[in-house]
Amino acid sequence: MPKWITQVGCPYCGSSCDDLEVLVSDDGKKVLETRNACVIGNEIFHHASNPNRPTRPRMRQEDGTVKEITYDEAIDYTAKALLKAKKPLIYGFGSTNCEGMSAVGRVAEKAGAVLDNCASICHGPSFLAIFDNGYPSCTLGEVKNRADVVLFWGCNPMHAHPRHTSRYSIFPRGFFTTKGNMQRTIICVDPRETDTAKLADIHLMIDQGHDYELFDAFRTVLRGHDIPDVVAGIKKEQILEAAGKMKNGRFVMIFYGMGCCHTDGRNHNVDIAISTTRDLNSHTKASIMAMRGHYNIAGPGQVWSWQFGFPYCVDLSRGTHAHMNPGETSSIDLAMRDEVDCFVNVGTDAGAHFPIEAVRHLKKHPFITVDPNICMASEISDLHIPVRIVGVEEPGVVYRMDNVPIQFKKVVDGPDGVLSDEELFDRVYERMCELTETEPIWILNRGHAHGSSTAEQ
Amino acid sequence: MALVTLKPYKEPELYLECNNISPDAFAGKTAAEISELEVREGKTRVRLGDYFEVSGKPGDTAEQTEIHIAGDCSRIKYLGTKMTAGSIKVDGNADMYVGGWMKGGKIHVTGNVHSFCGIAMEGGEITVDGNAENYVGSAYRGDWRGMRGGTIRIRGNAGNDIGTFMLGGTIIIEKNAFIHVSTHAEGGCVVIKGDVEGRVGGQMVKGDIYVLGKIQYMLPGFKKIATVEKEIDGVSARFNHYIGDLGERHPRSKGKEIYANLFVMAS
Repeated sequence: MPKWITQVGCPYCGSSCDDLEVLVSDDGKKVLETRNACVIGNEIFHHASNPNRPTRPRMRQEDGTVKEITYDEAIDYTAKALLKAKKPLIYGFGSTNCEGMSAVGRVAEKAGAVLDNCASICHGPSFLAIFDNGYPSCTLGEVKNRADVVLFWGCNPMHAHPRHTSRYSIFPRGFFTTKGNMQRTIICVDPRETDTAKLADIHLMIDQGHDYELFDAFRTVLRGHDIPDVVAGIKKEQILEAAGKMKNGRFVMIFYGMGCCHTDGRNHNVDIAISTTRDLNSHTKASIMAMRGHYNIAGPGQVWSWQFGFPYCVDLSRGTHAHMNPGETSSIDLAMRDEVDCFVNVGTDAGAHFPIEAVRHLKKHPFITVDPNICMASEISDLHIPVRIVGVEEPGVVYRMDNVPIQFKKVVDGPDGVLSDEELFDRVYERMCELTETEPIWILNRGHAHGSSTAEQ
Repeated sequence: MALVTLKPYKEPELYLECNNISPDAFAGKTAAEISELEVREGKTRVRLGDYFEVSGKPGDTAEQTEIHIAGDCSRIKYLGTKMTAGSIKVDGNADMYVGGWMKGGKIHVTGNVHSFCGIAMEGGEITVDGNAENYVGSAYRGDWRGMRGGTIRIRGNAGNDIGTFMLGGTIIIEKNAFIHVSTHAEGGCVVIKGDVEGRVGGQMVKGDIYVLGKIQYMLPGFKKIATVEKEIDGVSARFNHYIGDLGERHPRSKGKEIYANLFVMAS
């Protein structure tokens, strides 16, 4: 009999839904059906059963073709490449579990590498703003139960986080929000009329790249000063109306996405958004949250802050202390400036996301991809190592966009012989210790951290 | 002043992190000892002498030491960081962190500098004849105590984030700047002799900014209060005097709120 597994976590977007139900075949090897998942989440579960999925590491040959090799050979190649490089870059981690990230942290320390995650090209500016100005945030549960004015700034959850609006931000009925969306005022700031903007009560169609000016206008208005007739393409009356709605709300929630943190000014846009949130708290309650993209992209920030003190762009090349300064130690800058000489891409697709010039620079040196599937990065790599899919074939801890940790389950067995990220990187670490004739101290001491990853349910 | 000359003879494969090129590190050493100083290329430790020919003899103290780098330093980071006295002259470009956390002395770069020039500077003088990238005289990430003293003069253009979280000192950009001048500043003076695209004085609490060219996009939090005659860095002119950022908190003194001042040359 096929079996329904309930309360399954979804390894797609930052909403990290944990209410999925998955029907698996008798032998526990195939996903037959899902319930509650959005269309993309559903696809990820079915993806695991794709018969064309690679199940062995593939090494690029001199004539440009690829040849399947064993995991031992792949681990040896990776360990040697990392040890040989003067400054390797290990990047990715949007889509893996915290156990894997922690294992990579141990490898990076041994390799003297720069450790960076997708935040570098995503919500990294938010971290910089948080360093500068704090983070008055809350959990998504509080949004559901309290928020009656919800502001979406430069984000489009209807497409990027398909169940965000129904589970947390617009439609759900909560403890103090018993009338659901009837009770909520939705404000959307976006230069385009997105599907989220279509749901909004007020849509401020801002001139692209002028987010900072509009935030400054809100702050100036909130302090009782006058503003020019038009700011960032928005009429003064509209700004006053939106500011009035926020001031008179019982709980204002600001969600912001790439449209805010990746237009000119970047961290400063988020910084002033945080200042605006603080200002609103002299009138009512207000909170702010980054719309993190992947289901566990908040994870590396948590794991590496604990391991090294910094959430991303962690330069471990000095061997004595971690150094972090995006602009210098961020992946794109390192690549564009030719500052790294080995690249390991884990659980993301740098081939698709990086500027082509950055990829060209990285391709001068060993280029390794660790990913369950074929992607653009895997196809230009010198070595592609497939791993089990977290949330489908591998359990683990993930951090939702509001930094709430959730234990994800596995629902089916992975392909025979395919390793998890954690197993793979622990073996790379052990091989590096063998090659350098040192004690694998982290492997000997990791028992305390290992309990969770063996829990299957 | 006793002169030490460094002549670069080999280009590093990556970038060299040369925290040791400063009058403080060189003072009292022989040329041979200076050649032995450790610098880093990625995780590898190398000698200064592997990349530079060292000649001359430094003084006994940093004040008496003058360093001349007779060549391009485009791939050399951290020149003159944390120096307290003496001088450094670079014939050509320099990479990131020129004069970062500097406390005193002088640095002169005849070419361009990359980002983070004079980051968290406390004193001394930096002169760059070419352009600077971003974060001139800015604070280190997460630090609310930015540049506290000294003077940075960029004779060319500069990028964004000039004087972020600045508390004191002077930054002069002789040509144009991009965006974010004196963001979050609580003191100090920034002079832009060319044009700025926008975001001048955002979230600024105290301090002065002079713009001798045009500001393309003025922040809504700045209000014009007067037109005044001013002299700044050898230029006398009429300026429109704005106060702001009205959206930001401001301290009160003698019953009046203290605002940051923005002077834009009247056309």
